[in-house]
Amino acid sequence: MKPFTRLSGLVCPIDRSNVDTDAIIPKQFLKSIARSGYGPYLFDEWRYTDHGEPGMDCTHRPKKPDFVLNQPRYQGAQILLARENFGCGSSREHAPWAIENYGFRVIIAPSFADIFFANTYKNGVLPIVAASDVVDRLFQECAASEGYSLDVDLAAQTVTSPSGFSFKFDITPQRKHCLANGLDEIGLTLVHADEIRAFEARSKSAQPWFFA
Amino acid sequence: MAGKTLYDKLWDSHVVRQEDDGTCLLYIDRHLVHEVTSPQAFEGLRLTGRKPWRKDSIVAVADHNTPTNHWDRGIEDPVAKCQVDTLDSNIKEFGALVYFPFKHANQGIIHVIAPENGATLPGMTVVCGDSHTATHGAFAALAHGIGTSEVEHVLATQTLIQKKSKTMLITVDGQLAPCVSAKDVALAIIGKIGTAGGTGYCIEFAGSAIRDLSMEGRMTVCNLTIEAGARAGIIAADDTTVAYLKGRLHAPKGADWERAVAHWQTLHSDADAVFDTVVALRAEDIEPQVTWGTSPEQVLAVGGKVPNPADESDPAKRASIVRALQYMGLSAGTPLTEIAIDKVFIGSCTNSRIEDLRAAAAVAKGKKIAANVKLALVVPGSGMVKRQAEAEGLDKIFTEAGFEWREPGCSMCLAMNADRLTAGERCASTSNRNFEGRQGPGGRTHLVSPAMAAAAAVAGHFVDIRHA
Ligand code: SF4
Repeated sequence: MKPFTRLSGLVCPIDRSNVDTDAIIPKQFLKSIARSGYGPYLFDEWRYTDHGEPGMDCTHRPKKPDFVLNQPRYQGAQILLARENFGCGSSREHAPWAIENYGFRVIIAPSFADIFFANTYKNGVLPIVAASDVVDRLFQECAASEGYSLDVDLAAQTVTSPSGFSFKFDITPQRKHCLANGLDEIGLTLVHADEIRAFEARSKSAQPWFFA
Repeated sequence: MAGKTLYDKLWDSHVVRQEDDGTCLLYIDRHLVHEVTSPQAFEGLRLTGRKPWRKDSIVAVADHNTPTNHWDRGIEDPVAKCQVDTLDSNIKEFGALVYFPFKHANQGIIHVIAPENGATLPGMTVVCGDSHTATHGAFAALAHGIGTSEVEHVLATQTLIQKKSKTMLITVDGQLAPCVSAKDVALAIIGKIGTAGGTGYCIEFAGSAIRDLSMEGRMTVCNLTIEAGARAGIIAADDTTVAYLKGRLHAPKGADWERAVAHWQTLHSDADAVFDTVVALRAEDIEPQVTWGTSPEQVLAVGGKVPNPADESDPAKRASIVRALQYMGLSAGTPLTEIAIDKVFIGSCTNSRIEDLRAAAAVAKGKKIAANVKLALVVPGSGMVKRQAEAEGLDKIFTEAGFEWREPGCSMCLAMNADRLTAGERCASTSNRNFEGRQGPGGRTHLVSPAMAAAAAVAGHFVDIRHA
């Protein structure tokens, strides 16, 4: 997992509430055996006019010009600005995979679906819950200025806009530690690698047949 | 201080470290891998540049997607083929202790091949991205299913982050009647405690009727623990366990064998151990079972009648009965023995071992399947089971009776390959889940023991094998 400490990134607004995991990555992509490569299919049905299938080359697929991800001003965006209950639906980890694969590192919304919220951390994406009026303000500022970007500082737990407007966000110490150090759960466990090895050595001398 | 339960012993001997909130890092001895739940986990390793912590803990096989006939044609479904090929290349890249690819002589269902190769041993922790991993608890091993993220976690760290479960003791004392099998015991238990009865527990099965079961029977009982809501079911090690393991491929040998057996004798709950919940059944009360609904708890003794929703006072349960009857195409009050079937499936990790095939063959011997039975499949659990059955002439008994004798795999247990029910078809099945659509969209599944399935194939409807 890539560490996350501080990011100044372009913002892409998705002005809808209840964006579900099926919209984020439609179910046909679950047949895939991959964990990466979902970026081109992020929001597939909203993004293209044809029907997407896993493995399709998306470079020449017909795009829906109105959809934000297709607009030139949002190319290269790393911060997704969203509305209530973002990520509702199934527990599929493909949704945060697609978001991360596309290049987003931060999602700001008034609320998130539970499982999706937990899954984003596991995949190095920071979900930020902001008050509705704050989110409204960010949407307005974003609409008003092309190239709108935000500064997200994990250590200080702040988001600052070019207008100087700033707000704080919450995160548990453990999640903060994981993100800041690029530790997924596996990374966190591997901090105890010596203890695992010591356990293993004891087990091996007691029951060598477990290791045959 | 009270003694330890078997679960306590298994748990305590695998704790690498414990956090203040009770969360433990548990060491995993055996990691079973199949093609459906492993691809993203392996790719996760690749993306992060990690290696499996201990490749010699891995036992891998392709089972869910593999066809059970026409092996010469390979795998025709491209999605299935892709998953199987991916497992192949992942194991080539990362390694394993045991790997039986598609068409290997010892290929079979993961929960059949690990024990028969001595890869599941008493005292181990065993995990697999598959809920029926509970099967391996029959060997006094702590075994349960995990999700894909956890598969990756085990691959990379050889551990799992876990919190301890509560303990439940289920005793079955007395002697089972002739024709009553381990499957009937398991279904009767689920009928008694319900599909959520074991939620949050590790269940230990004990009592004289459990001790009298063969290892195959014990695996059947533990396999169905998950259908009772518990992630793990365990049975103490005893002479039956030791006798089963002796001489198996990965079982300890020589001096190690003696040491191992001495240790295995300690793998039981202490006499004064205290369980959070205790449930007792009398073996004599257990009759051959048939499920009538779409949940394993919707089960009755074969002499029973399809229940009437009007008799159920709980509105939620009443609604589920109504829905189940509608899906199953059954009317209240119908005797179970009058339900005619279209297909029969003898197989799955619940009931595809040699003893299961012997029990079914004993019933089918010299008979023919009924005219209304369109297809009766016998799918051995592994290549080893298949060869043993053929050496005993069981395949002939089946084929002469009109059954199809197939290659090993999961097959119609979950219908990921070509073996499946079509909408409305009714099947007597020795598998473990009668959920809507489990054996094919619209398919209707009745869970029974191997002998009951064979008897239904011959009669064309369910029969009480005690009076057949
Ligand atoms: S036989 Fe059925 S339950 Fe067992 S592993 Fe295969 S699909 Fe799962």
